[in-house]
Amino acid sequence: MPDRTKNNNRVGLLVTCLVDLFRPNVGFAAVKLIEQAGFEVDVPSAQTCCGQPAYNSGDAKSAAAVARHVIRTFENYDYVVAPSGSCIGMIKEHYPRLFESDFDLKTKAEDLAQRTYELTTFLVQVCKLKVNTTFNATVTYHDSCAGLRELGVKNQPRMLLSQVEGLKLNEMEDSEVCCGFGGTFCVKYPDISERMVSEKTNNIKKAKADFILGGDLGCLLNIAGRIKRESGETQVFHVAEVLAGMVTIPAIGEKSE
Amino acid sequence: MNLENRSAARFKQQAASALKDNNLKTALAKAKDGFVLKRLHAVEDLDEFEAIRAEARKIKDHALSHLDFYLEEFERKVKENGGHVHWAQTPEQACALVMDIVGTEAKQVLKGKSMVSEEMGLNAALEAKGHTVVETDLGEYIIQLAHEPPSHIIAPAVHKTRDQISDLFHGEHPKYGLNERLTEVPDLVNEARQVLREKFLNSDVGITGANFLIAETGSTVIVTNEGNGDLSQILPKVHIVTASIEKVVPTLNDTATLLRLLGRSATGQEMSSYTTFSTGPKRANDHDGPEEFHVVLLDNGRSKVLGSEFQDILRCIKCGACLNHCPVYGAIGGHAYGWVYSGPMGSVLTPLIIGLENSYDLPNACSLNGRCAKVCPMSIPLPDLLRQHRFKAFQRGLTDSRTKLGLKAWAYLVTRPKLYSGLTSLAAKALALLGGSRGVLRKAPLASGWTSVRDLPVPQGQTFQQQWKKASE
Amino acid sequence: MSETRRQIIDNIRASLGRGPLPDGVVTQLRARISEPEQGIRPRFDQDLAERFGEKLQSVAGTLTRVATLNDVPSAIQQYLDQHQLSKNIVMSTHAVLDGIEWPEDWEIEQRPARGEDTISVTGAYAGVAETGTVAILSGTESPSTLNFLPDDHIVVIRMDQIVSHFEDLWWLLQKQDLDMPRTVNLITGPSRTADVEQTIQLGAHGPRRFHVVLVEQRE
Repeated sequence: MPDRTKNNNRVGLLVTCLVDLFRPNVGFAAVKLIEQAGFEVDVPSAQTCCGQPAYNSGDAKSAAAVARHVIRTFENYDYVVAPSGSCIGMIKEHYPRLFESDFDLKTKAEDLAQRTYELTTFLVQVCKLKVNTTFNATVTYHDSCAGLRELGVKNQPRMLLSQVEGLKLNEMEDSEVCCGFGGTFCVKYPDISERMVSEKTNNIKKAKADFILGGDLGCLLNIAGRIKRESGETQVFHVAEVLAGMVTIPAIGEKSE
Repeated sequence: MNLENRSAARFKQQAASALKDNNLKTALAKAKDGFVLKRLHAVEDLDEFEAIRAEARKIKDHALSHLDFYLEEFERKVKENGGHVHWAQTPEQACALVMDIVGTEAKQVLKGKSMVSEEMGLNAALEAKGHTVVETDLGEYIIQLAHEPPSHIIAPAVHKTRDQISDLFHGEHPKYGLNERLTEVPDLVNEARQVLREKFLNSDVGITGANFLIAETGSTVIVTNEGNGDLSQILPKVHIVTASIEKVVPTLNDTATLLRLLGRSATGQEMSSYTTFSTGPKRANDHDGPEEFHVVLLDNGRSKVLGSEFQDILRCIKCGACLNHCPVYGAIGGHAYGWVYSGPMGSVLTPLIIGLENSYDLPNACSLNGRCAKVCPMSIPLPDLLRQHRFKAFQRGLTDSRTKLGLKAWAYLVTRPKLYSGLTSLAAKALALLGGSRGVLRKAPLASGWTSVRDLPVPQGQTFQQQWKKASE
Repeated sequence: MSETRRQIIDNIRASLGRGPLPDGVVTQLRARISEPEQGIRPRFDQDLAERFGEKLQSVAGTLTRVATLNDVPSAIQQYLDQHQLSKNIVMSTHAVLDGIEWPEDWEIEQRPARGEDTISVTGAYAGVAETGTVAILSGTESPSTLNFLPDDHIVVIRMDQIVSHFEDLWWLLQKQDLDMPRTVNLITGPSRTADVEQTIQLGAHGPRRFHVVLVEQRE
């Protein structure tokens, strides 16, 4: 793969539609972390969404249209990084499949897939980031499904968190079991999703942690929403916010003063 | 749940009623961890697991791409050994074939566990002709007493609590002079042993399923732990095997490879207690064994699945690992799926057999978390196949119009960044205003699916793009 | 041949996008059957008998090792005493049992098993070290009911009958030019069920206990 820029250090941040709308702080945390590691970050304004809602609802044509848009938008970056396993899984695993009959686009999709990273993986593998922050708290970690199973994101966030001063990780039971988000699944089958997320919040409670962290905002919104509905106490943050020392705003779904 | 009218088309209602069933919740919670942990240990203990898994996939793919040859070869060998092979395209045909073999004289028919016979609706058909049918697998026996279908392909009564089983036995067994209501597991198992022993010794026909059919030898293979499948076939005069056509594998050696995965994936056993190869009827000098041996092969749409984008599902060896690891199955159990097979493999297979139009929800009611594919010993890409069904449903116009409209609007927006960012900015602001300082919304416009079970965390007020733009200026 | 059969075969071929297989392919497929591919075998370093015993015991089977066939009766006697069992034994006519002198106070009947029988003693075709499995072939000298009806199933097997893996078992059958018997039972421990609340309970329908007497003496 030819370097796209002279220093081969230009990162296009895929903010993800959920972070853009619900939790910009995660996006800024990602920027801060990548810049700390000496990379240049740009956020192309033409980006919107990765296309999963259509893809997973059976609308392959719309998904392909969105994928084409993403491929174009991120054509000129050495790396593409997102604070999400599921969006990156979509790009790396599924975009190439959308263009089985279009050689040119398939090649482009594969090229994009090659330089695309989930945030914690990028920080560990490419940046070799040394985390430099303090967070005096006990946390537990939810492994989001797409990151875990499509991309093998498991140790990366834990490795990074282990460098955070003052942080103690209490693993919860079944941290690898789906929280019941599943994109449109959670609104199409709310009662099944409710049972799944209740199991998750129950395991979170049992982990006796003050914070629950994760790497995908979809899951975190789901978990936070359920904790609030159950009047739970555990605070929800994206792992990037903790790593960047940006636990400065209320937790997801938390009251502001 | 009303099991009389259950159907795959009524998935949503059935799931809703399953979620309210506290006995089911208790039973499923008990089952889940056992299956998951036992499988994990068994797989970890076998260094060659991944290599064997790759090999197994090759074997089944090879068998499927030469299915015509291996079925004919299997048939030839069964006949050579004095058995009979009968072919059925539909469940009705298969039932009729079995009826013909059973004849009118036979009173009591034993059944070993067979999911294909469930596809056929065989018990009802036999009973309609006046035969007494006795399910002999303990789990199957329990649910037969409860007049329920199996809720799991290897643990048919997994949805029943011990207490419910006590009640069922206490309702049925006094007629055999067993009047006490027993509650401990060993006692319940013994009670069933006693009742069923008598049935084993006094039946005319035994029907079993098959885990594998072997072309090399014309053998059918069953894998069991209880020994009921064996007693069902060596005591009665007639042994009938019901099997679907994709069960055939080339050789005994191939079976060895598949067996190394089956027990470990199903129950965490390296080998189940009994793996039995049945080849034809008893031989001239044998002192026991059936006098007649019949194999009824059922297609039921599988031949059409070959060569399609769904062919991978025909590798399934029915171990149940995908069910045991599926959080949706774990929440609602097997009955809610509305047809014979449940969980991830069922949600792929059912639409192929009974039609996607009759089972639309099955491939949709999945969070695509991918845990099933990770544990599938046959490397079936279950989430991809479920997604394939969703593509088909969309193409065929089965997707509901609200979803379609939503997708259309969404696709329009996300390919027009300026319009998109304008609208998201508005939404971020509006939701933040609605939420005020509370952090969450209990209800939100257009989001009842979300807010019916959880609060909606409110946005920070401005989108990332707005803030980024401001910061860059 | 039935019309249905033809239709199924035709559908299979149509789905696979081809007609009947060409002769060349059929020859290859037949060769794949007559010279079966070797599976990937789980490796182990232990001695076969040791592995066999360890695996058998891990599935709730029990095992006694004896030096010669002459030691078999006392080993079984010990087992009977240990479980306070009667001496009414139903036995197969398997060759391994030939020539063993049984205690005179045992009531031995050589026949297929009946529902009321409580103890059976049989031989076996082979043991498989891989999983601690015993392979029993049905035949005149080895009725299958003996393996399932009694509460206690005792198998006498010589150490040189233990093969390493399942492939070896099939190879042995083929080498000896044995046709598949009506029934091949691969038995790995006693009968069990987990159908009541996933709690493992031994003795569902078949034997409650499964005992192997392993004889070190070679043929």
